[in-house]
Amino acid sequence: MNGQPALLLEGVHKSFGENEVLRGIDLTVAPHEVVCLIGASGSGKSTLLRCVNLVEPIDSGRVVVAGEEITADGVDANRIRRRIGIVYQSFNLFPHMTVLRNITLAPREALGTDHAEAEKSARTLLERFGLLDKQDEYPDRLSGGQQQRVAIVRALAMRPHLMLLDEVTSALDPELVAEVLAVIKELASEGMTMLIATHEMGFARDIADRVCFLDAGHILEEGPPERIFTAPENLRTRQFLGRIIEAGRL
Amino acid sequence: MTQGGPAAPGPSAPGKDPGRGSRALGNRGVLVSSASTVLFFTIIAVVVVLAPGSGVVAERFFSPSHLWQSLVGSEGLPSVLGAFLLNVQIFMVSEVFILILALIIAVVRGIPGPVFFPFRLVAVAYTDLFRGVPLILVLYMIGFGVPGLGLGFVSYLPDVTYGVISLVLVYSAYVAEVYRAGIESVHESQNAAARSLGLTRWQSLRFVVLPQAIRRVIPPLLNDFIGLQKDTALVSVLGSIEAARAAQIYGASEFNYASYVVAALLFVLITIPLARFTDRLIARDKRRREAGALA
Repeated sequence: MNGQPALLLEGVHKSFGENEVLRGIDLTVAPHEVVCLIGASGSGKSTLLRCVNLVEPIDSGRVVVAGEEITADGVDANRIRRRIGIVYQSFNLFPHMTVLRNITLAPREALGTDHAEAEKSARTLLERFGLLDKQDEYPDRLSGGQQQRVAIVRALAMRPHLMLLDEVTSALDPELVAEVLAVIKELASEGMTMLIATHEMGFARDIADRVCFLDAGHILEEGPPERIFTAPENLRTRQFLGRIIEAGRL
Repeated sequence: MTQGGPAAPGPSAPGKDPGRGSRALGNRGVLVSSASTVLFFTIIAVVVVLAPGSGVVAERFFSPSHLWQSLVGSEGLPSVLGAFLLNVQIFMVSEVFILILALIIAVVRGIPGPVFFPFRLVAVAYTDLFRGVPLILVLYMIGFGVPGLGLGFVSYLPDVTYGVISLVLVYSAYVAEVYRAGIESVHESQNAAARSLGLTRWQSLRFVVLPQAIRRVIPPLLNDFIGLQKDTALVSVLGSIEAARAAQIYGASEFNYASYVVAALLFVLITIPLARFTDRLIARDKRRREAGALA
C-alpha cells in the first residue's frame, strides 16, 4: 500500500435538498499527514468529514481510503467506519456507561476483541492521556475537556488508520481547549493521519502539514500553513483570515 | 403523618430525599397540614355518618364479621383473598409478556428502510387497533371467539389463559408507545456516535439507544402496570374466579357487600407500593436531571 494516499476525494458533491453543501471536492491526504480544514461555519467542513465516514451518502464523486473506494456500491459501511475514527464537537459519550465501557464497547462488539484484552488496551490508552483514574466514572462526572479526551481515546481504541476531528474544541470552555489540543498534537507526532476541521487557527498553524480553506462547498485554496496564514493568494481566504485576525483569534 | 425524630426545619439537607415533603415543611407546616387533614376527614366522616342510610351501609359494607368471612371464605363460598392470588398471578405472567411483546413492536416500528415497510405497517396497525378497542371487548372476542374456532389445543386452553392473552394484546399496544417515546427521546447523536465506531444498527440499538430509552420510561411503564393490576379484575368476564368475581359471589349469596370492600382494599394494598416506588423513581430522575444541569 506504499505510495497510496491514505484518503482521496474526487469530485465529491453533496446536497441537502436544495442546499448544495459540497460542490466538487478534490482532496488527497498522504499517510501520516495532518490536514486542517478551515473556513466559515456552513462552508462544508463538517459535511465533508461526515461523508468520509459514510455518515452521509454522497451524491456524486468518489472517496477512496487506502486504495479502496468506500463509496462504491455494496461496500460494508460498518467495516469502513471501524478503520476511520471520528470525534465530534459534542463528545457524544454514552452517558449510561463508565469511561472504560465507553471505550471497550466498539472493540468488543464490532471487532470481537476479547473482554480482558479490550480493557487492557483501553487502560493503556487512558494512562497515556492521563485519564486512567477516570476509568470507572460516568461521563457526566467529567469536565468537557476530559469528556472530549475520552471521546478521542474511544475512537483510538478501534486502532483507526485515519482520524477525522470535527471542531473538537468548539464546545469547550477556553481553559479546557489546551488539554484536548495537546492530545491531538501527540497523535500527530506519532504519525496518525488526520483530517481536522477547526476554528483554532493558531492550532492549525502549529499542527497542520497542509491547510485547506473551504468556502461555499469548494476548496478555494490549500497549501502549507506558513503560506496560507501569511500570504493567502485567494481574495476570499484573505477576507476570512482578516476577520479572524480582527476577532483576535490568530 | 407520624413525625418520629425532630423535623428538620428549613430546606432539606442535600443528599436527603427531597421527595419526602414533610421534612421540608418545618414544625409549623406539619401542624397546619395535620390539622387540615383531620378536619377534612372529620367532615367526610360526619357527612357519611349523618346520611339517612348510614346504618344500612355500615352493616352492608363494613360489617366486621362479613369483612372477615369474605376475606377468608367459608363453606361453599370462595375466599376473596384466595381469589386475589389469581389476580396477582395474571398480573405477573402478563407483565413479562407485555414487556417483551411491546419492545418488539416498538423496535419494529422504528426499523428504517423500504424493505421493512410491511413490518412497520403491522406494528402501526397493531397499536392503533389494540389501543382503540376496549379491553372488555377484546376479552369477549378472544375468550369466546378463539374457543369457538375449534382449533385443536389453541381453542381448549383454560379461561384464564385467554384473559392473559387479551391483557397482553391490549397493554402491549400501550407499552409499545411508551417504549417508542423513550427511544425517540434518545438524541440521534448517540446513534451517530455508535455507528461511527463501526457498530451495526442493531448493536447501536441494543447497547446504546435501548438502555437509555428504557431507563427513561421506567416511571410511565410502572404507571401502566398499576393500571394492569386493576384490569386483571376484568378477566372475570370469562368465568375465572378472581377477587372481584369472588366478591360478587359472596355478595350475591350473603346479601352483603363487605366482600367488595375487601376486594377493593386488596387491590389498593398491592397498588400503593408500586405507586410509591414509581414516585420515588420519578423524584430520583428529577434530582439527577437537576444535578446534571448544574454540572
